[in-house]
Amino acid sequence: MEFLTQIINGLSTGGMYALVAIGYTMVYGIAKMINFAHGEIIMVGAYLAYVMTSIVKVPIIVSVLVAIAGCALLGVVTEKVAYKPLRNSGSLAVLITAIGVSYLLQNLFLILFGSAARTFPQFMPSGTVSLFGAHITYVALLSLVLTFICTGLLLLFINKTKLGKAMRAVSEDRGAAELMGINVNTTISLTFAIGSGLGAIAGIIYGMSYSLINPYLGAMLGIKAFIAAVLGGIGSIQGAMVGGLIIGVAEAFTISYISSAFSDAVVFGILIFILLVKPAGLFGQNMREKV
Amino acid sequence: MSLLKAEGLGIQFGGLKAVDEFNFEMNQNQLYGLIGPNGAGKTTVFNLLTGVYKPTSGQIIFNGKSLLKMTPTQITQLGIARTFQNIRLFKKMSVIDNVKVGLHHSQNYSLLSSILHLPSYFKGEEAMHEMAMSLLRVFDLEKYADVKAGNLPYGKQRKLEIARALATSPKLLLLDEPAAGMNPIETEELMETIKIVREKFSIAILLIEHDMKLVMGICEKIAVLNFGTVLAFGTPDEIKNNPDVIAAYLGNEE
Amino acid sequence: MKKKQIKDLIISFIAALVIYGLIMFLMSAGVVDYYWSGILIMACINVILATSLNLASGYLGQLTLGHAGFMSVGAYTSALCSLYLHLPFLLSLLIGAIAACLIGILIGIPTLRLKGDYLCIITLAFNEIIRVIMLNLSITNGAKGLMGFQAMNIDFSVYFISAVITIYVIYCVVKSRHGRAIISICEDETASELSGIPTSYYKILAFAISAFFAGVAGGLYAQYMGMLVPSTFDYNKSVEILVMVVLGGLGNLKGSIIAAIVMTILPEYLRAFADYRMLLYAVVLIAAMIIKEKNLGPRIKSKFFKNKTVEVDD
Repeated sequence: MEFLTQIINGLSTGGMYALVAIGYTMVYGIAKMINFAHGEIIMVGAYLAYVMTSIVKVPIIVSVLVAIAGCALLGVVTEKVAYKPLRNSGSLAVLITAIGVSYLLQNLFLILFGSAARTFPQFMPSGTVSLFGAHITYVALLSLVLTFICTGLLLLFINKTKLGKAMRAVSEDRGAAELMGINVNTTISLTFAIGSGLGAIAGIIYGMSYSLINPYLGAMLGIKAFIAAVLGGIGSIQGAMVGGLIIGVAEAFTISYISSAFSDAVVFGILIFILLVKPAGLFGQNMREKV
Repeated sequence: MSLLKAEGLGIQFGGLKAVDEFNFEMNQNQLYGLIGPNGAGKTTVFNLLTGVYKPTSGQIIFNGKSLLKMTPTQITQLGIARTFQNIRLFKKMSVIDNVKVGLHHSQNYSLLSSILHLPSYFKGEEAMHEMAMSLLRVFDLEKYADVKAGNLPYGKQRKLEIARALATSPKLLLLDEPAAGMNPIETEELMETIKIVREKFSIAILLIEHDMKLVMGICEKIAVLNFGTVLAFGTPDEIKNNPDVIAAYLGNEE
Repeated sequence: MKKKQIKDLIISFIAALVIYGLIMFLMSAGVVDYYWSGILIMACINVILATSLNLASGYLGQLTLGHAGFMSVGAYTSALCSLYLHLPFLLSLLIGAIAACLIGILIGIPTLRLKGDYLCIITLAFNEIIRVIMLNLSITNGAKGLMGFQAMNIDFSVYFISAVITIYVIYCVVKSRHGRAIISICEDETASELSGIPTSYYKILAFAISAFFAGVAGGLYAQYMGMLVPSTFDYNKSVEILVMVVLGGLGNLKGSIIAAIVMTILPEYLRAFADYRMLLYAVVLIAAMIIKEKNLGPRIKSKFFKNKTVEVDD
């Protein structure tokens, strides 16, 4: 049952991508920027959980909560300090600032923890369950379940609550939302907080799946998750989830059937294909320029 | 043979028919107006004629050629130039460079000759400069030649847009609300300019305008658009007294 | 007009000649040692990269993050030409540049329909794919690196002259009717199309010229380093080049030149900070962008030089 095992492995990595992709898609939808530093937030999440469990030695649940809260705070602070002053600037300025923030976090953690990988604490027993003959690790299963729960809760929040409605309004038309009395600053902060919080969960899943973490882990993970968000259609949360899962499976298949050397190339190839064929992504809407 | 002929022209956005069964004909050197209530589809007609939108039905013949498969660039080169409702100048370029962009095809020196600074480059640039200056003179803009286009006052920006459009040496000029945002004196001035342009360049002009004084004052014939179709067509006097037109503008009193 | 343009050109050439003479004198006098002449060579290469990217990102206004990809095509092609075909250096360099240019056209045709962030991310993707290909081809020797192609007798002059030619060509392009067409696309693509400019052609043209010179820079880099590894040309290198262009000012050739030189030399002075160097770079980058965009520059200046009046244009 090699095939099924690969699918499920792919889905579980895909789940992690999906959680990160949701962060990208939410921020892009509302702030209209690629938050290049989002990958680093995930790295910070993984390190926070590592520090709390292995060094401060608090219970696992506490370190998870600290990681989520820490990342949410970090997301909000980066937005306030680095992105907010550039809210009305061109996308180039924001892009470069975001890359600056990403370098900043990466190098800060390099100085704090060194470039050598740290062993991520064991959050749950290693072992596998058999499902239709495929062997799935507990971590993979947890990753998938968490992805679905988080996406479901987020969709409920966005579609059913007042704050969620405010978020949709701001992403539709910031100026009009402001005129309707919506506090745009709070809404943007909230978006960064939720996106970064989900990033922390993704970081912890990363740590559990690969059991080694280093300060560079966010860079490629971030780019792949962004590709997942584009694939799904930027701005769409369901899209980000589906995109993440597809990227995960595509990657798992490339590694097991072609070569691990080309897994990155295949992911980038998917991005190129989707942008050329359907730039709005699977769930996105086409925009028409007004003349 | 007519200069421009649109037959059964239509475009749909989703389920909405923005323009439907639009029939229209114009000859050389005529000055026509296109009016209608807000949302009647006037600018959409311009967008169809210039290739910005592709029609979902109908045919456009310009100078004996069908425009349906042409890009906006090709259509402009064929001889239709336009201005925009919400002025679209190259704001950070100088006034004269805006016109020179329109003059792009008037010279044909190659990239290589500009890199090697061959005589053809200097000759071409010199000629372009002269042509641009004489166009600016028509609109009294010559003293602003080196000013950034975005820094011009509003009325002058409108004029510069017309100058840029004329630089492409069109046979038909489409003006989209040229008097929008102008005060009565500026509008008066603009009417004069439009007349001069038509004489001097002997071109046909089709203009969209809400200022009835301007439209009725200079247009030979007027087409009234309502809900994407031509409601009425005729001389200003005929249009003024057409009950359908009055109903479309003021609403039916029953 | 003609006279002024020729006068400007002559002055610029004399300035370049003076700088060249000065550097050569300092080198022969031993004031500029081997280590620093290497940095000056890198400065020339970065000037080529920054000015050429400025044509695509500044003048044409297309945000691209794939310049390092074109650079690597130029670097590997010219190195392989020297290594296996034993071609003279300048011919290899030219072939490398043409290869980069062709790849640029190949990538440009489908992608240049996209705008802004999307174009940026798709060029980044091509950059990474080129890197993966270089990593896995046997002819490039993958991660182990390619060596043994260096030509003899190539000194600082070649790098300097290449930089001057690049600047000159891009200046000429910008100052022609072709350049105006390119700039008009950046300003308003629809208006440009409706002014009769064949926009697709000019987008590809600008992109191709930009890629050509990235290829030149790559070939020079290969010659200078004497060894090529694919990881040099990842998207971080593209970001580095883009940062030079942005800090120097989009559509500002002088700015690109100065930014490229400063950003090559400055890190050398920061070596003392060792580990903190990249951190400092990141902080400077964020601060520079905010200061630039918020137009805080003149205000900060006025705090230090109180007698000057300040104009803030919005």
